[in-house]
Amino acid sequence: MSSLVRTSIWGVGSLALYVLLFLFSDETIELARRTREGEKIWFVVPIVIALLFSLVHGAFTGYFWDAVGLKPADKNRKK
Amino acid sequence: MEAVGFIHIEMGSALQLFLVGLVGGMVSGFIGSGGAFVLTPAMMTMGVPGIVAVASNICHKFPKAIVGALKRHKYGQVDWKLGIIMGVFAEFGMFAGKQVMTDIKRAYGDVGTNLYVSAVFIVVLGIVGGFVLRDAWRLYKAERAGEDIPANPVTKLARWVQSVRIPGTMMHFECIGASVSVLFIAPLGFATGLLAATIAVGGFIGVPSMIYLLGAPALMASATELVIAFVMGLGGTILYALDGVVDIRLAMIILAGSLFGIQIGAIGTTYVKDHAVKLVMGLIMVIVVVSRFFYIPGYLSQIGTIGPLDPGLLARLKWLGDGTLVLALAVGGLAILWALLRGIAEHRQQHEELAAAEGIED
Repeated sequence: MSSLVRTSIWGVGSLALYVLLFLFSDETIELARRTREGEKIWFVVPIVIALLFSLVHGAFTGYFWDAVGLKPADKNRKK
Repeated sequence: MEAVGFIHIEMGSALQLFLVGLVGGMVSGFIGSGGAFVLTPAMMTMGVPGIVAVASNICHKFPKAIVGALKRHKYGQVDWKLGIIMGVFAEFGMFAGKQVMTDIKRAYGDVGTNLYVSAVFIVVLGIVGGFVLRDAWRLYKAERAGEDIPANPVTKLARWVQSVRIPGTMMHFECIGASVSVLFIAPLGFATGLLAATIAVGGFIGVPSMIYLLGAPALMASATELVIAFVMGLGGTILYALDGVVDIRLAMIILAGSLFGIQIGAIGTTYVKDHAVKLVMGLIMVIVVVSRFFYIPGYLSQIGTIGPLDPGLLARLKWLGDGTLVLALAVGGLAILWALLRGIAEHRQQHEELAAAEGIED
């Protein structure tokens, strides 16, 4: 798979997550309110969201800089 | 539980957070931490309640830190064992630091915590930052003068720490290349967490302590700090999420910028020598210290140590303090970009010279 295709796929995935987050932003605020009121189980929601975004957006940003030519000096070099 | 307001996010504010996240991420990817000291005040300026700003800031830190740690793991710079052990002790330090802040606030109010934070900033960052910057400058000058400097100079104190043998507590760490007693690791991790709870950047203690007290190379210390930040950030986020004060929208906007930045910072470390990490860290720490001098007159006026100050003057001093924090981050970001571009240019030149030499041999 070319680096441009790979970057585009992860980029679309990342964009989709951000669109979903802002479409459902009222729901995230509501879940935080319910957590404050005692339904503690909802504390997992921001943590799961953060991990999911780090996976998808993290992969996208890594491939993005690679695609624009910003690469490390030597791959797998040991200090 | 007091009422917690989650603000309506304007496009301008989102862009501002994205940009601060980007530069903060770049600094984190390079020196292991940073950026957080600007993000919390930036969110509060937008009208985000303090507790939500702190919680949302910490919620963007742990996913950013794990992405950075995995990236730098690829370059062989991360000591996971040291990072996880220090991270666990840092977690305890963070709880203790949070309790100290709560106790001071209860006894002396907001002005008490502000003065305490400023005192910690000046004493810790002034001393440690000054020392780091002096060391980096000395190494930089020695290199420019063509002197033969060791790749990873180990301090006398670190050699002593490595020489102490306490049965039943010894552990071998890859980045140190020696066994060190966990009894030395524990207070360093604890202090890192304590500082993180006080000024939001534990790495200003964590990284220098790994370099100067344990004997780790600066590049590995800054990469390992990302593991500590992940452990601390995850623990902190769970605590704040249980209180329902994490605004995940704010956290993910900052993360959007910081994940772009952290990749640049991490890649930058493959082009530089150890002292570049020390130089960037020392510079940021010293500029951050300067920022506190603009806030202190206001706090002293509030507790009556000096007479009341003109509100216009107070506003200008606060603006100068906030501006100096932004300047610290900007200087750090520019220094990293400069080091990265210079490193790439040198790297290309070396490749071209090598290719030319091979061409002559053929």
